[in-house]
Amino acid sequence: MSLDILKYPDERLKRVSTEVETFDDELRRFITVLEEAMRAGPGGVGIAAPQVGRFQRIAIVDVSSKPKMVNHGCMILINPEITEWEGMAMGREGCMSVPDFTGNVIRAEKVTFTAFDEFGEQHEYRSEGYEARAIQHEVDHLDGMLFLDRLVSRRTDLFQRKVYQKKKD
Amino acid sequence: MNKHWYMLTLVGRDRPGIVAHITHALYEGGCNLGEASMMRLGTSFTIMMMVQHEGSVKSLQQLLETEADSLGLHMHVDHIEGGLHHHLEPDVRLTVYGADRAGIVAHVTTALAEAGLDILDLASDVGGTEADPIYIMHIEGRAQQGVEALQSALDIVKQEGIEAQLTAIDTMVG
Repeated sequence: MSLDILKYPDERLKRVSTEVETFDDELRRFITVLEEAMRAGPGGVGIAAPQVGRFQRIAIVDVSSKPKMVNHGCMILINPEITEWEGMAMGREGCMSVPDFTGNVIRAEKVTFTAFDEFGEQHEYRSEGYEARAIQHEVDHLDGMLFLDRLVSRRTDLFQRKVYQKKKD
Repeated sequence: MNKHWYMLTLVGRDRPGIVAHITHALYEGGCNLGEASMMRLGTSFTIMMMVQHEGSVKSLQQLLETEADSLGLHMHVDHIEGGLHHHLEPDVRLTVYGADRAGIVAHVTTALAEAGLDILDLASDVGGTEADPIYIMHIEGRAQQGVEALQSALDIVKQEGIEAQLTAIDTMVG
């Protein structure tokens, strides 16, 4: 049975989720159905547990379906914590919990973060670009934030980053 | 009675408070608003908004007549088919700029249209000074023949002294 996705204005999407303390079979079964829900959505590359009404700090990100994007494959992120942010970039975001709307959001270009996997082992990752964007979007869900909370005007544009190179002597 | 969708266009000299006055009158008249786009162009106020209203074009115009007149706004109402929830997703963003001269938009958009661009959103400004105006244009759209086709079209336009940048939009859905 597939899980229903909560849709804004469902107030529950604004709840802050609590940390996972027990890494058991029940958790792993939930992660399986959470991943199914992510893959059922059109073009979904990430999902967070509160989007299906479970208010625990669990998310999945998998941008491997997108060609040319640097990625770690399918990442199970439990109690994720972003520890470093670097640079900024504007990009377009949508959300399975906010149908028929996409908007521009500024995110860090690169993030360093830690997360536990489904067996309770902690990992450290560095992500950039599209994957980093997905991570930040999902971690926001765990804090009761939607991309709607971070929208910038659709007329806003960030100038393309120029690469300044040091002159060689 | 069925509610119909109308496209309401208002144009006039800009001043503070127009949106509040107009939307208040619409609300009092039982209308519901859909999507809207307001821009100050030059010194003019311009807005196009989707309005859901129970009556006819005429009754919607009558509803706003007094308010529009007192604000000095010219009003136009069209009945429109379809309603909300028909967004198309842009997959490309373009910025074009250069010394202002007649024909930039025609030239660039013709080249892009031939390369498959479907424009969903366009906004342009003239900046710089009166002596040396510069033209800046932002476009979002769909590259129906792929982004590479648009890039090739832009490369040709760029040889004529127009600066243009194209960025693919890859929407992240999470």
